[in-house]
Amino acid sequence: MQNFLDFEKPLLDIQSKMEELRHLKDNSENIANELSNLQEKFDKKLSEIYKELTPFQKVKVCRHQDRPKFDDLVSKIFDKSEYLSGDRLFADDTSLKGCLAKIGNKKFLVIGNDKGKDIDSRVKNNFGMAKPEGYRKAQRLFNIASKFNLPIVTFIDTPGAFPGVEAEDRGQSEAIATSIKKSLMVRSPIFSFVVGEGGSGGAVAMGMGNKVVMLEHSIYSVISPEGCASILWRSINHSEKAAENLKLTAQDLLDLEVIDEIIKEPIGGAHRNVNETCDLIKDCLERITEEFENMTPEEIILHREKKYLEIGNKFMEN
Amino acid sequence: MNWITNFVRPKLQAFVGKKEVPDNLWETCPKCSQMLLKRELENNSFVCKHCDHHFRISAKQRLSFFLGNNFMVMDTPKVKADPLKFKDNKKYSDRLKEAQKKNSTYDSVIVASGTIEKKKVTVAIFDFNFMGGSMGMAAGEAIVTACNYARNNNLPLIIFSSSGGARMQEGILSLMQMPRTVIAVNSLSKTNLPFISVLTDPTTGGVSASFAMLGDIIIAEKDATIGFAGSRVIEETIKEKLPQNFQKSEYLIEKGMIDIVVHRKELNKKISDIIEFLT
Repeated sequence: MQNFLDFEKPLLDIQSKMEELRHLKDNSENIANELSNLQEKFDKKLSEIYKELTPFQKVKVCRHQDRPKFDDLVSKIFDKSEYLSGDRLFADDTSLKGCLAKIGNKKFLVIGNDKGKDIDSRVKNNFGMAKPEGYRKAQRLFNIASKFNLPIVTFIDTPGAFPGVEAEDRGQSEAIATSIKKSLMVRSPIFSFVVGEGGSGGAVAMGMGNKVVMLEHSIYSVISPEGCASILWRSINHSEKAAENLKLTAQDLLDLEVIDEIIKEPIGGAHRNVNETCDLIKDCLERITEEFENMTPEEIILHREKKYLEIGNKFMEN
Repeated sequence: MNWITNFVRPKLQAFVGKKEVPDNLWETCPKCSQMLLKRELENNSFVCKHCDHHFRISAKQRLSFFLGNNFMVMDTPKVKADPLKFKDNKKYSDRLKEAQKKNSTYDSVIVASGTIEKKKVTVAIFDFNFMGGSMGMAAGEAIVTACNYARNNNLPLIIFSSSGGARMQEGILSLMQMPRTVIAVNSLSKTNLPFISVLTDPTTGGVSASFAMLGDIIIAEKDATIGFAGSRVIEETIKEKLPQNFQKSEYLIEKGMIDIVVHRKELNKKISDIIEFLT
């Protein structure tokens, strides 16, 4: 049984009817016809709803618990992988994972957030909120990629960096700042995919791609709509308005020229067809990798710096 | 309202002239609650003489404490206001205009060059009074400008931060100032010019998590709050009481996050000494 979101109620109703009919174990033509009618209705409604998602609905979709997670992405996009762990300083933060990976003969270093799949792994992975040791592991992996000339792929799906006492004590600010700095200095190309929630500084720390690509219903924002609403409207009840104002959807970010590309999701969202989503990401990755194959490390670093320095240029007065 | 207030008072006021209310002469220290004479407080660099509490000061005050009267304020690139057309209870463009009027500055960061103890320096100063010192596109551009000026003129760079973080009303464009300012300060690390980051009260969020924690030397002014997440957010997340002195300069130095904690009145001397060591 799929987990339906609140605005998917019409779909849930159709699905419930279909299940009731199936329960009858009646093979008559009437029932079969009705089932296929309902299926048609379901598909139509599904594409209708997903064609016009509001920003806040997208926030809910991008946080859907069945959205593809790091391990799905790695196992379905790459042919082979070798997970690496630890920051060599304090601990291994499992909310942020990394591995060496291959597609055919092409080698990559993959880093990404992992919110977890079930209650246990979600708690273990701190709901995808990394602590300083997570970002320091990422920095260690950035260095490996740089040394061995491996293109980096990052998968971003985090509510943000963890706000907690131990994270502050171990230097959350420094860890994020240094991750940004080190990723900008990497000598191989970086391809960042926002696959779910691109939450603030925690996302930026892993998002310094030469190319930044977003899944159609993912978001990338300076603050969560809830956080924004509670500060500016003084109530979390205004989250929907905050989501609209923040311009946090993939479509908004493409318009603002902050990201390079959007990958269209299967109808009904990535969580309804993880395999197809991974295929689409793989196609995109293989295509953009080629663009950087003949560039020198210096050109790659310069390309990245220029890209970020130019963001927002169209809003400057001359 | 009655006829007396409506009629008699305006007439009376027109007759005797508007009463000049002198600015309040006194300020209460938020830490020890002692009354302080404003003039005295100012002469004491806005530090409470009883408990040493460091009051927040404006960027202009900071500039004159640091460089005296001899400095040049630089033009920084201007931004077309309100790129996202952001509106909460009030339009962002109106909030911005209000802040500009209140502070008589363009945005939250002032960039200047001048001399400190005969050493020429470039300085960028955040103003917490300007929308919480938040970093949007204009502030990011100001930091880039300061870094370019320092590099082109071979000058040490000092950035005084005082900011709640990224400016929400500019959404993703303000978040992108994190990498932009990191690139800017990073361009100095390819030279031998020092970048001294001075963290003043408060330095949090997207500012502390970008260029501010990347100084060659990081100085925190005494008594400042410095951190990534706000203490209220942390308290709500972990649902327990925070350690005493949490996120204060004195706490951070114990955790190994900064180099030196300095009293405001000794800041100039300390910065000048460090520049002397590094150049």
